[in-house]
Amino acid sequence: MKKKRIKIILALILFLFAMIVKFENEWINNAIFIASYIIVGFEIVKKAIRNIVRGKVFDENFLMTIATLGAFGIGEFPEAVAVMLFYQVGELFQSYAVDKSRKSISSLMDIRPDFANVYRNEKIEKVNPDEVKIGEVIIVKPGEKVPLDGNIVEGKTALDTKALTGESMPREVREGDDILSGCINLNGVIKIEVKKEYGESTVSKILDLVENASSKKSKSENFITKFARYYTPIVVIIALLLAIIPPIVMDNATFSDWIYRALSFLVVSCPCALVISIPLSFFGGIGGASKMGVLIKGSNYLEALSNTEITVFDKTGTLTKGVFEVQKVNAIGISEEELLKIAAYAENYSNHPISKSIKQAYKKEIDEKQIANYEELAGLGVAARIEEQDVLVGNEKLMKEKGIQFEKCNEVGTILYIAIKGKYAGYILISDTIKEDAKSTIQELKKNHIKQTVMLTGDKKEVGESVAKEIGIDMVYTELLPDGKVKKVEDLLKTKSEKGKLAFVGDGINDAPVLALADIGMAMGGLGADSAIEAADIVIMTDEPSKIVKAIKLSKKTMRIVKENIIFAIGVKVFVLILAALGISTMWQAVFADVGVSVIAILNALRALRVKNK
Amino acid sequence: MKCKCKIKGLDCANCAAELERTIQKIEGVSMATISFMAERMELEYDENREEEIIKKVIKVIKREEPDVEIEML
Repeated sequence: MKKKRIKIILALILFLFAMIVKFENEWINNAIFIASYIIVGFEIVKKAIRNIVRGKVFDENFLMTIATLGAFGIGEFPEAVAVMLFYQVGELFQSYAVDKSRKSISSLMDIRPDFANVYRNEKIEKVNPDEVKIGEVIIVKPGEKVPLDGNIVEGKTALDTKALTGESMPREVREGDDILSGCINLNGVIKIEVKKEYGESTVSKILDLVENASSKKSKSENFITKFARYYTPIVVIIALLLAIIPPIVMDNATFSDWIYRALSFLVVSCPCALVISIPLSFFGGIGGASKMGVLIKGSNYLEALSNTEITVFDKTGTLTKGVFEVQKVNAIGISEEELLKIAAYAENYSNHPISKSIKQAYKKEIDEKQIANYEELAGLGVAARIEEQDVLVGNEKLMKEKGIQFEKCNEVGTILYIAIKGKYAGYILISDTIKEDAKSTIQELKKNHIKQTVMLTGDKKEVGESVAKEIGIDMVYTELLPDGKVKKVEDLLKTKSEKGKLAFVGDGINDAPVLALADIGMAMGGLGADSAIEAADIVIMTDEPSKIVKAIKLSKKTMRIVKENIIFAIGVKVFVLILAALGISTMWQAVFADVGVSVIAILNALRALRVKNK
Repeated sequence: MKCKCKIKGLDCANCAAELERTIQKIEGVSMATISFMAERMELEYDENREEEIIKKVIKVIKREEPDVEIEML
């Protein structure tokens, strides 16, 4: 590329010199023009000859050669050089832009680990990550990439997960935590027991996904390559006709005038800038999306996303966190803190998710010496003696069975009633929490012209409806079995307009059939679920639903750029063709228009890559 | 049977599209896509004639775009 740049500059100097300094003998000027042409155009002429031997008539090198040699032929030396010179400038600019966006994507995806430090025979060996087997222990030092998925067996550290999730806050991990490949270890030394081979590890799955993204092409891309396929031959044939027919048919028409017009046609006959600006935009869009932690499996999905009409959400794990949390502590006769403590002590030995959430809410250490006579009452709750008092913790049935007077609570969620020394002491409300950004996501979706938002859930009617109401979703269907979700999505697909798309957002665990059925299947929290990366068309690496809005906005921006480029580039080309045919525009204007369009279209395409992070 | 390869040195997106069309016409190739931006080619072909088909594909690429380098992944 450097060599090409030097050639262009050299040719440009000669060209300008010949343009400004007028020698008495015109042929000295012409000789300088020819020298300039040879410097900048020799490669093109060589390629043109090589291609014509192989029968590629509509090859761009060939077209440029004919246009410039033709201009020499009719004595238009400056035009001949200018066309070649500016064509090369355009090409150089194009390869610069392509290079830049390729580099920006590959640096974005710079998560490929180069090595793994594995413990073998009580020594540390540095090996290729794909040589490490499941169950082996690897060591990761600060500054290194985690090469394989596994579980931390020793040490603690903070992880930089930005390349995976777009999240800039480091994540704290310690012994016992699962760890994903592709993260960067920031400060502590950790030992990891490998749980997956390299090929199955998160990092290679993501790399594979991103690298294959552009093989699924969008309609716009197919349109433009198809357009190019017909555009060039048509323009060339018209040029040929222009050069021959008018001078024969019309009295006052001269060959040199009409050949000049025909050559202008050839100048704008190259479709390359047009063709590159479209995949470049999509490539940029997909790259921009992965920068914010949204992996899109193909340009076609990015295109579809911009036409989303209906967004269907799964509830648990998508709009809600999918973990039970204590929402409310209602204590009667004792402090809330005390009630929570007693409940946490009573539930200490239970492994039920509800018990865990209570212990989590309590936060403090549990002194097991204070717990006696622990008894699990199946289907009811637990009974125990805590700090010398008899305690009952359980559901409504338990209270009734033990004959305890209590107030029934009508809130949505799981309610644990607590009795101390046979006396009702209050309740604790536990339910799945709605994600912080769920409500704003729905609002934003509406602002971005999503006609309908729907929630599907297998959960109870009251729970589903209360969540739907709180976040402001349009429609909710509850108590659905997996095949019920499929049926509902099928029905919804019938209600959308022909061009509109239905996007389904799930956590990717149990909804593979729905993900496949929807026009766009989005899996959320790709970092957790293995199957999600495979089943979905779009993987949202974090568990924030707000990323959906960002992705839709980006898709719209990308599509706008694509449309602008298509209309602008085709428009200018057609306009120049008309002017050239009428003899109004010169070859100068044609070449400037053509190169100008390329440069502008490419600059516009590069815009897709720019994403404001956060 | 599917295979992927790195394809480097294509001049422009239009050349890539043309090459893609030419490869698609090869007998036994059921699908071919070339991404100019990602410099990748994906092929789907008849497994029983693998050797013959791959040879033909490489021949076509060498004929159409002599400057291109291919690397199987």
